[in-house]
Amino acid sequence: MLKIENLHARIGAKEILKGLSLEVKPGEVHAIMGPNGAGKSTLGNVLAGRPGYEVTQGSVTFDGKNLLELEPEARAAAGVFLAFQYPVEIPGVNNTYFLRAALNAQHKVRGEQELDSMQFLKLVREKVKAMGMTPELLNRAVNEGFSGGEKKRNEVLQMALLEPRLAILDETDSGLDIDALKQVAAGVNALRAPQRAFLVITHYQRLLDYIVPDFVHVLADGRIVESGDAQLARELEAHGYAWVRERESAEASA
Amino acid sequence: MSSQPEELQAALSRRYGAGFVTDIETDSLPPGLNEDTIHALSARKEEPEWMTEWRLAAYRHWLTMRQPNWAHIKLRPIDFQAISYYAAPKNKPKSLDEVDPKLLETYDKLGVPLHERAKLAGVAVDAVFDSVSVATTAREQLAKVGVIFCSMSEAVREHGELVRKYLGSVVPQGDNFFAALNSAVFSDGSFVFIPKGVRCPMELSTYFRINAGHTGQFERTLIIAEEDAVVSYLEGCTAPMRDDNQLHAAVVELVALERASIKYSTVQNWYPGDENGKGGIYNFVTKRGECRGDDSRITWTQVETGSAITWKYPSCVLRGDRSVGEFHSVALTHHYQQADTGTKMVHIGRDTKSKIVSKGISAGKSQNSYRGLVKVEKGAEGARNHTRCDSILIGKQCGSHTFPYMEIKNPTAIVEHEATTSKISDDQMFYCRSRGISEEDAVSLIVDGFCKQVFRELPMEFAVEAKKLLEVSLEGAIG
Ligand SMILES: Nc1ncnc2c1ncn2[C@@H]1O[C@H](COP(=O)(O)OP(=O)(O)OP(=O)(O)O)[C@@H](O)[C@H]1O
Ligand SMILES: [Mg+2]
Repeated sequence: MLKIENLHARIGAKEILKGLSLEVKPGEVHAIMGPNGAGKSTLGNVLAGRPGYEVTQGSVTFDGKNLLELEPEARAAAGVFLAFQYPVEIPGVNNTYFLRAALNAQHKVRGEQELDSMQFLKLVREKVKAMGMTPELLNRAVNEGFSGGEKKRNEVLQMALLEPRLAILDETDSGLDIDALKQVAAGVNALRAPQRAFLVITHYQRLLDYIVPDFVHVLADGRIVESGDAQLARELEAHGYAWVRERESAEASA
Repeated sequence: MSSQPEELQAALSRRYGAGFVTDIETDSLPPGLNEDTIHALSARKEEPEWMTEWRLAAYRHWLTMRQPNWAHIKLRPIDFQAISYYAAPKNKPKSLDEVDPKLLETYDKLGVPLHERAKLAGVAVDAVFDSVSVATTAREQLAKVGVIFCSMSEAVREHGELVRKYLGSVVPQGDNFFAALNSAVFSDGSFVFIPKGVRCPMELSTYFRINAGHTGQFERTLIIAEEDAVVSYLEGCTAPMRDDNQLHAAVVELVALERASIKYSTVQNWYPGDENGKGGIYNFVTKRGECRGDDSRITWTQVETGSAITWKYPSCVLRGDRSVGEFHSVALTHHYQQADTGTKMVHIGRDTKSKIVSKGISAGKSQNSYRGLVKVEKGAEGARNHTRCDSILIGKQCGSHTFPYMEIKNPTAIVEHEATTSKISDDQMFYCRSRGISEEDAVSLIVDGFCKQVFRELPMEFAVEAKKLLEVSLEGAIG
């Protein structure tokens, strides 16, 4: 479904991704861990098409198509979703209105039926309930004055509504209280499906207790330096990233 | 990726849906302005002598005045002798049934159906075409409760006493250069009188349309709300696309007596000129309301997207104790448009309050200025003002300016001013786009959110219209 090969990307003169390769198949959950500044968010941004990044080498295909040549809105319509590490406030724009605009824009591109406001309201209320969110957040402006945790839940609500094929969650767990963490994880698990894949960026093993990944990767200095199963995350939690580096250098000198 | 800020300016193209010309026979005065013009105009309108004299006095005053020179506006000199001061469709209708079908069609096309079948629900409309009012709807229904809603020309003839009492009582003939000119040559406009204790049963609205070329439109509107009366009034404006600049110099006067409330909303979409700055309306307007009675209230709400040049400061004179003045404004400029708009709040009575919310949106190579004066007179104990001015810039070649002036002569006054200038951030754009929303829709969405506070003040149907208007006006703002 998603195939990243030898991806190099930079912002200005600074190279951040330095030959990253990763393959994700439908139905899989991949966790991405790694030290601060390693390039995790950059990867999410490049996949979602954020302006300002320059891909200098490598390729990204999504369902066999070159993802990199699509505009961000086209990627969204194709099924790529990024839950932002820092969700953006849009003052004055009603959250429900925004969500409907987004869903209908995607439906339109895909030639699917657009939802009228009654149909949409029904749908969004169901999702809000399932997420354990306060419905009041629907009547507020997009992320404006939301607490950190509320913003993150709002991202997951958007994911639940837009039903993407590939969801990239960038530290969606950070800033959540324990109950919210469980609800967010439940929201993600409810969406797990044979045709849908997840890239879960996180710093904490705790999230992976609830969302059990098929693969765990360590991203350091712009590359995937270690891959394994859920066990790898537990070892990282115990030993820290220094342990990966030591193993790397040990392998290199062997 | 195409949303790089440097590229926001590319491919500016704009659709101006109201830019067509109606092919209709007109009766017009030849270009030129002198006392004979005024006599001829007054005669055409079958005015009483006092009216003619009033005009002449204004004209003589105007001759002594000079066109103002504004810092932030670039203006080609206006040749007042090259303008025709009167243009009207030749066949003057006696009733709505007699209105030329071409005219009805024009208003249909503009989304303001006048005929009985398609009329906007709950709204009475006065349609002004060039210099004359061609139709006023729902008059009988309004007359039942004693509300007078008719064209200014008709009011001068039929309700002379009322007009004479109030005309020029808020904006004196010699108030400023353009107000003096208007007082001399005003053509038509609306007259509204809401008697004591009456809450006007429907929205009143006037639709101004400039059609003829080389013609000025000098609208004059007068709204009087007697004690405890309540009225909401809305004006809309459009003009064909023409290469030359046309002049629109209006005067609007509002009078609110004890406990009366007047809400005046404008959706202004005069032709702004093309993307190279050619053509467009010069919109020089004096709008002022006086809260004459205690506990009265006047609210101005405006959405300004049109005109090549806008110079306009709807103001409130808060004479009555505890009276309240409000000004809510959205001004959008694109291409080479220039807008200098704002308000004046003059606190005279005790415990008077005013509130100003101004939202400026600049795109293309346009210049958008807010200019506002808050004046607190000596006797205005406990006066309060809150001003909030936000501007948003789309692209790098436009400008936004804020000029707040304050004159406070009473130490108990509390005057607050907040101002922000921002850009549509790349983060907001990317956030919307990553959810599937196109660049153009994202801009409208963000701008709409930015204007929410003001749109909330508009009557429902017009809020929807205003929103659409902004969308159309912003077309091509992002390349
Ligand atoms: N706009 C930018 N200009 C310059 N450097 C940038 C920019 N954006 C990111 N970087 C740098 O790129 C590197 C990778 O950043 P990125 O946000 O991808 O890290 P991360 O792995 O997500 O870190 P964290 O765990 O702290 O979220 C960092 O060193 C960061 O400072
Ligand atoms: Mg990050």
